[in-house]
Order: sequence, then C-alpha cells, then structure tokens
Amino acid sequence: MHEYSIVSALLDRIEAEARSRGASSVASIRVAIGVQAGLDPDLLRSAFELARAGTPCAEATLELRAIAAEWRCRACGGELPLAGPRRCPACGSPGRLVAGDEIVLERLELEVA
Amino acid sequence: MCEDCGCGDPALVPVEVHESLLAGNDKAARHNREHFTEHGVFAVNLMGSPGSGKTGVMEATARSLPRLRMAAMSGDLATDNDARRLERAGIPARSITTGSACHLDAEMVHQALHHLPLAGLDVLVIENVGNLVCPAVYDLGQHVNVVALAVTEGEDKPLKYPVMFRKADLVLLTKIDLLPHLDVDLAAIEAALAETMPDPVVIPVSARTGQGIERWIAWLEERRERAFVRRAVAAGA
Repeated sequence: MHEYSIVSALLDRIEAEARSRGASSVASIRVAIGVQAGLDPDLLRSAFELARAGTPCAEATLELRAIAAEWRCRACGGELPLAGPRRCPACGSPGRLVAGDEIVLERLELEVA
Repeated sequence: MCEDCGCGDPALVPVEVHESLLAGNDKAARHNREHFTEHGVFAVNLMGSPGSGKTGVMEATARSLPRLRMAAMSGDLATDNDARRLERAGIPARSITTGSACHLDAEMVHQALHHLPLAGLDVLVIENVGNLVCPAVYDLGQHVNVVALAVTEGEDKPLKYPVMFRKADLVLLTKIDLLPHLDVDLAAIEAALAETMPDPVVIPVSARTGQGIERWIAWLEERRERAFVRRAVAAGA
C-alpha cells in the first residue's frame, strides 16, 4: 500500500503550491499514472479520500489519467509488442520502457480569494 | 477576487505543474548515490517476497570467505532479527524498522547511513522489506537492483509482479537445493522472466549448500568494477 505514501507526497506538493500562490482551496487535481508504474488507481483514490480531510484538497476533484505503456528497442529504437519477451523482434536487443512508468502531478486549479 | 464582475467569489487559477510525485524521493536517492560513489561503495537494493531467502543469501555470502568487505541495512516492519542474523554472520548491519511502511524509501536509507560508517567498505546491501510490489517504486540510490525469487514461489511470480522484475538487474533464484523435492518447471520461470526483464540475468543459488554463491559474488565484483574502476579510467584518473 505505497499508495498512501504517494498521496502524502501529492498533498504536500499541492499544499506548498497553494500556499505560495495564496490559494484558499483546490478545485481540481489531475495526476497521470503509467499503466506499468506499479500504482493501483483505485487504491490511490481510496487513500486520497482518507487523507485529504482538513487539507486544501478537501473538496477537490481528482482526475487520474492513464498513460499507456510503450516499449522501444535500446539499439534500433523500433517498437516492441506490448506482450511477449522484452526483446526487439527486429534485431534481438533488449527493450526499454519509454512510457507508462510515470506518476506525475500534471495540473491544478486553485481557488484564490 | 473574481476579476470579471468583482463579486467576491474566489477566482479559479489553473497551474501547470508536470512534476513527478517521486521527485522528493528521487532527490534523496541521488544524494545517497553520490555519497556511495564518493566512498567507492557499491550499493545493492535486494528485494523479494517475505521468506524468499534474502537474509539467507547474505549469510551464505559472508560464509564463503568474501573478497568483498560488505555491510548491510535490513528493512522490516517490526523486529531487528535480520540485522542481528547478519551481525552474527560477520556483516556489520543496521536495522531499519519501518513501522507500518511496506517499503524503504531514500530518506530512510539516508537516516540509517548516519549510523553505518561507509569507510573501508566495498559493498552495501540494502535488504528491502519483503514485498514484491511497493519497494519497486522507490529509488534508494542503489547502483543495482537484485531480486531474490525462491523456486518454491511459483513459476508465474514475475508475470504477476512485473514492475519489480522489469527493474531487476539480476534475479537470484534461491533455495535451488529444494528442486529434487518440487515439481517446479525452471524453463517456465525463465520464460516468465524473459517477458518482464529486458535483459534477464539469473543465478541459481542455495544458501544451504553454497551452490551459486561464488558466481553471485563474481557478478557483484564485475558490476562494481564496471561502476567504479572503468569510470575512473574513462575520466583519466
């Protein structure tokens, strides 16, 4: 359940942003999560619901945007299929995950009185 | 205040952040890595299920007259049993008791480093909390990730927990001495690893018989040399 640790980092980051901009509360939050980031979106949402009481995010909507996985060959840059061995079908070199591993706070809407 | 009509309602201000939620951890991990590298200490993040044999492999490594001077940190929710086992095996060890946390993070390792002198060491093994999920997400500042996978765990574990195995530089296939008593299919484990690890390297080991321990130590030495010695040569040092 490292989702709680991620939510704690999310709330800290937003609180700092809200404070520096003199915002009273947060209206909306958008977080991008790669499908291979090792994070469960439902658990993240549950953790957020529990942890946000008493923070500027108490009334905020949370949008979670899924980022698809993309594997590319380390040698020739060709795309790998999403299932099967993580080696390039063209040249046989090992692949690399170039998208789908991210956990990113993308965007906020702050309410500034 | 609302700038359109001056009604006193709060204005909605959009802010583009685009920052990783692991940025704080990654910064602490970079600091740890610089610290390890400055001291010539090769840092290993040893992960795996509870009971996969992480501590046992370390004990066997110490028994096999290591050419490497090694120390360890052991993370567990409760008890310092693993650190005490390692101390008895002759490895200076520091326990990190995480309370309820299911993984180590870079800051916990940083705090533990204040109590574990790095001078004179070649290798630091950070034995993570037994868990195939959460530890994979947190960079600790290690040079390599090693996953201990026991032959008793089932052939499809890499497919069920792909994030950890994707990030592994090496898989230690532990408890290999139990093979005669099991119906486990080694080829199926290797196929599962090939579907999760881009460049799978697997060393079968037994902490009981010592099988494979020399090969594991040789792998450590080779990777340590690659991390430090060759870099120094390239820099003209």
